[in-house]
Amino acid sequence: MSALGELGSLRGKKTAGQKKDNLAGYLFLAPWLLGLFLITIGPMLASLYLSFTDYNLIQAPKWIGLENFTRMLSDERLHNSLRVTFTYVFVSVPLQLAIALLLAVVLDRGVRGMAFYRSVFYLPSLLGSSVAIAILWRQVFGTTGLLNQVLDVFGIEGKGWISDPSTALGTLVVLNVWTFGSPMVIFLAGLRQIPTMYYEAASVDGAGVLRRFFSITLPLLTPIIFFNLVLQIIHAFQSFTQAFVVSGGSGGPSDSTMFFTLYLYDRGFGNFDMGYASAMAWFLLVIIGIFTAANFLLSKYWVFYDD
Amino acid sequence: MTTETLRTTVAARRTGVVTWARVRPLVIHVVLAASALVMLYPVIWMVVSSLRPGNEIFRDPGILVKDLRIDNYRVGWNALTEPFTRYLLNSALVVLGSIVGNLVSCSMAAYAFARLEFTAKKFWFAIMLLSIMLPIHVVIVPQYILFSNLGWINTVLPLVVPKLLATDAFFVFLMVQFIRGIPRELDEAARIDGCGKASIFLRIILPLMVPALATTTIFTFIWTWNDFFSQLIYLTDPHMYTVPVALRGFVDSTSSSSWGSMFAMSVVSLVPVFLAFLLGQRFLIKGIATTGIK
Repeated sequence: MSALGELGSLRGKKTAGQKKDNLAGYLFLAPWLLGLFLITIGPMLASLYLSFTDYNLIQAPKWIGLENFTRMLSDERLHNSLRVTFTYVFVSVPLQLAIALLLAVVLDRGVRGMAFYRSVFYLPSLLGSSVAIAILWRQVFGTTGLLNQVLDVFGIEGKGWISDPSTALGTLVVLNVWTFGSPMVIFLAGLRQIPTMYYEAASVDGAGVLRRFFSITLPLLTPIIFFNLVLQIIHAFQSFTQAFVVSGGSGGPSDSTMFFTLYLYDRGFGNFDMGYASAMAWFLLVIIGIFTAANFLLSKYWVFYDD
Repeated sequence: MTTETLRTTVAARRTGVVTWARVRPLVIHVVLAASALVMLYPVIWMVVSSLRPGNEIFRDPGILVKDLRIDNYRVGWNALTEPFTRYLLNSALVVLGSIVGNLVSCSMAAYAFARLEFTAKKFWFAIMLLSIMLPIHVVIVPQYILFSNLGWINTVLPLVVPKLLATDAFFVFLMVQFIRGIPRELDEAARIDGCGKASIFLRIILPLMVPALATTTIFTFIWTWNDFFSQLIYLTDPHMYTVPVALRGFVDSTSSSSWGSMFAMSVVSLVPVFLAFLLGQRFLIKGIATTGIK
C-alpha cells in the first residue's frame, strides 16, 4: 500500500528529464511488463474466476458460486493431502536447516579443503529435483533396494520403505533433507559476515565453544535463518516432482505421499476438473501467504538485527 | 587434508601427548569425509550399477565393477518410442531457448530497475519481488488454456516464450543486485561522452555484468534441464518428450528387467547437470550466497 501511495506522489512532479527517463525506463521494462500481465496477472485473475466455475476444458465454464470451496470442506482426499503436505513441510524443513547450519558452522571454523566439502555437500541440491534422482530413490528404498542390501550386510532385515504407507513419506523427507547444500552455502556466506573480534573477545572472557555458538553465532545468524526458513517453507509447500515420480504418479501407497500439488494435478490434468483445480490453487496460495506472513510477524520475537 | 592431519599426529606422537586440540582436525575430517561419502554413495552406486548386468542392481550394494558392460546404455537408448538422442535434443532446445530468453529479458528489466528513473518504479519493483514467491500452480491452469488455444501444446513455445518475457523474476532480482554494485561514475562518464541509455546498457553495463549473466546461464540450464512439472503438462506427444518426461515413461513401464537401462538413462540425464556444476560452481555458489535461493 505504501508503494501505491508513492505511485501517486511521484505523479505531480514530472520534469522534461524524467519524462525522457519514463520512455527509456518503460521500454527496457517492456518484456517484463508484457510477461507480468499476459503470463502472470492475467492467468491469476482467470484462475480466480475459474475457481467459481465448473469447467472441463470442452464446455464453457459454468458459474457455480462457492460450490468448489464447499466441496473442498468435505473432500476427504484433500484433507489427507493437506496432512501429508504439512507433515512433509514441518518435518523436513527444520531438519534440513539444522543440518545445513551444523555443517556450515563446522566448515566455517577453517577446515582445510573447505571449498571441496562445500562443493560436495552442495551437489545434491542441484541433482535433487531431477527425475533421475527420484528414480534412484525408488530403487534405494525399494524392497530389494540399496538400503536393504546394505542392512542385509549387517544382518538387519529391511522392508519395502516405499510400498509401506507408514514410511513412504519418510523417504521423501530424507530426499528433501539431502538437499541441505543450498541453505548451507547461504549460512556460510552469513557466517563470514560475523566479525572475528566478537569471538576473540568472548574467548578472552573464557567462553567455551557452545557458549560462543549460542551467544554470538546463533543471534547474529538469525536474519539468515529467517531468510532460509521463509524460502524453504515456500519451496517445500510446492514440492511435486519427487512425490510424483517416487509414487509412480499415484501419490500412493494409500495416498500416503499425495501432496496437495499432486492432488491438484490429478484433479486438473488427470480429470480435467479445471474449476476445482483452480480453487485448490488459490487455497494453496492463501496457505503459503498465511505462513509467510506468520513468519514475518513472528520474526520480531526472535530475529536479531545488528544495526 | 592428509598432510596436515599426518603432521599433527606425528607431532603428537613425538611429544608423546595426544591433546584434543591436536586430534580435533583429524576427527572433523573423518566425520566430514564420512558424511560426504554417505551422501554421495547412492549416486556413485547408481553410476556403477548402470555398468553392471541388469539383475545385479538388486544384489550388489558395493561399488566395485568386476566386468564393465555398456549393455544397459545400448538397450536404454532405444527402449522408448524414440531413441534417447531425440529427448536430449528436445531438452537442449528448451534449455537453449530459456537461457537466451532469460539473458535478454531479465538483463533489460534489471537495468531499468537498477539505473533508470521512471514513474511507479518502486511499485513495479515490489510486484517483481512478490512474483518470485508466486506458486506456479496458481497460474498453470489458465496458462494451459491460453497456450492450448494458441495451438502451442506439444511445442517448446509454452516453455520458452515466458522466459523471453522475464517471468523468471528471480534472475531480474539477481541482476539488479549485481548492477547496483557497478560504480555509477562509469555511467556518468559514458553519458558525458555522448552515450544514450541504450548504449550505456550495451557498452558499459552488459560487459561488466558478465558474472551475473554466467550465474543466470548456469542456473537456467540446470533448473530447465531438471524441470518436470511444466514439461509434463505441455509435452504429451512422445516425439516432443524432453529427458525428464521420457525418464518418467520408464517408471510407468517398470519391470525389474528394465531397471538397468533406466539407471543408465538416468545417469545420462545427470551428466549435463554434473558438468554444469563442475564448470560453473564458482558462479553457482556466489549466486546463491548473494541472493539466497535454491
